[in-house]
Amino acid sequence: MHMKQRLRRTMMFIPGNNPGMMRDAHIYGSDSLMFDLEDSVSMPEKDAARMLVYNALKTIDYGTTEIVVRINPLDTPYGKADIEAMVCAGAHVLRMPKTETAQDVRDCEAYIAEMEKKHGIPVGTTLMMAAIEGALGVINAYDIATASDRLIGIALGAEDFCANMKCQRTTTGAELQLARQTLVLAARAAGIDALDTVYSDVNNEEQLVYEATLVRDLGFDGKSVINPRQIGPVHKVFAPAAKDIEKARRIVAALKEAEARGSGVISLNGKMIDKPVVIRAQRVLELARVSGIISEED
Amino acid sequence: MELLKTGAAGTMESGDIYVEVDKGAGGVEIELQSTVASLYGRRIKEVISEVLKEQGVSSARITANDKGALDCTIRARVATALLRASEQGDSGWWKK
Repeated sequence: MHMKQRLRRTMMFIPGNNPGMMRDAHIYGSDSLMFDLEDSVSMPEKDAARMLVYNALKTIDYGTTEIVVRINPLDTPYGKADIEAMVCAGAHVLRMPKTETAQDVRDCEAYIAEMEKKHGIPVGTTLMMAAIEGALGVINAYDIATASDRLIGIALGAEDFCANMKCQRTTTGAELQLARQTLVLAARAAGIDALDTVYSDVNNEEQLVYEATLVRDLGFDGKSVINPRQIGPVHKVFAPAAKDIEKARRIVAALKEAEARGSGVISLNGKMIDKPVVIRAQRVLELARVSGIISEED
Repeated sequence: MELLKTGAAGTMESGDIYVEVDKGAGGVEIELQSTVASLYGRRIKEVISEVLKEQGVSSARITANDKGALDCTIRARVATALLRASEQGDSGWWKK
């Protein structure tokens, strides 16, 4: 079984018909790689991209990096073939594009289950995530997020969303504010991850950092990236500050002390610590560990 | 697998291989151009031959222009060219 809960600060897009980018995509350190069979592949090349990603996933060892494949929608001539090929290739997560309703998720899940059975793969092995890229999808975000146990997260696709909303991307992100907040709220209520859209100007690191900081503060788990150069700045944004790590350490130490006493009441400097504070502190330490700021023993 | 027409797949970009297949006149003939021919020419031809054999293709003429493709890319491009030449869909291709 693949891991439903894991760190997803960055998910790097790899065009599905570009073998030059597939070979060493994992060496840059993004938490997930997302091979794209959808928008980055022209219609006459859909068969070639599917075959290429299938062979790459069967052959190349991407280590501990999470492998996601963005498939074509089920109502296109490519969606079902994408699912069969990628279930067989052992993709960890299939990303559904343009998800509008919970039924979209259920239809996709049913076909994944059918293909798992057909090929003797335990049903439930292949995880899913849903990209929400239009007004209807945002309105249905919670229903989508709770439509399948296979879902690891929901993601915002801003370009299609803005086209659907008849608005433009702005530097402030005002046009995405409600969609982002709705998605993160739905994801948290469903207990899954919220992943932000790409920022496509690879030469503008300042704006990338602004967007990553904005979504981190809203509660997102990570951001999609399109270039290895964007991984470091996003990881830096999601890495906790030294004072937060120190505070988290004291809270977790207080938790251990309370456990050792057999007490359910955790206190620090005379103040009672609530469970949500402990959960946040544990998350801070986990992020600090994977960011290389503190060691595994901490 | 029966080849009905010329099928091609791949690109001339770095890390890729461009492959053209047609049914030929009996036997397998591979014409390879590669940026790494002196080191890997024999291996590239082996990979191409493996895919043909797996698909039961005994008569084919293959023209390939390699730009440093990995084995998995060579396999994928030959497979796509064969499927296009045979006008077969890829259902039935996928194995766990």
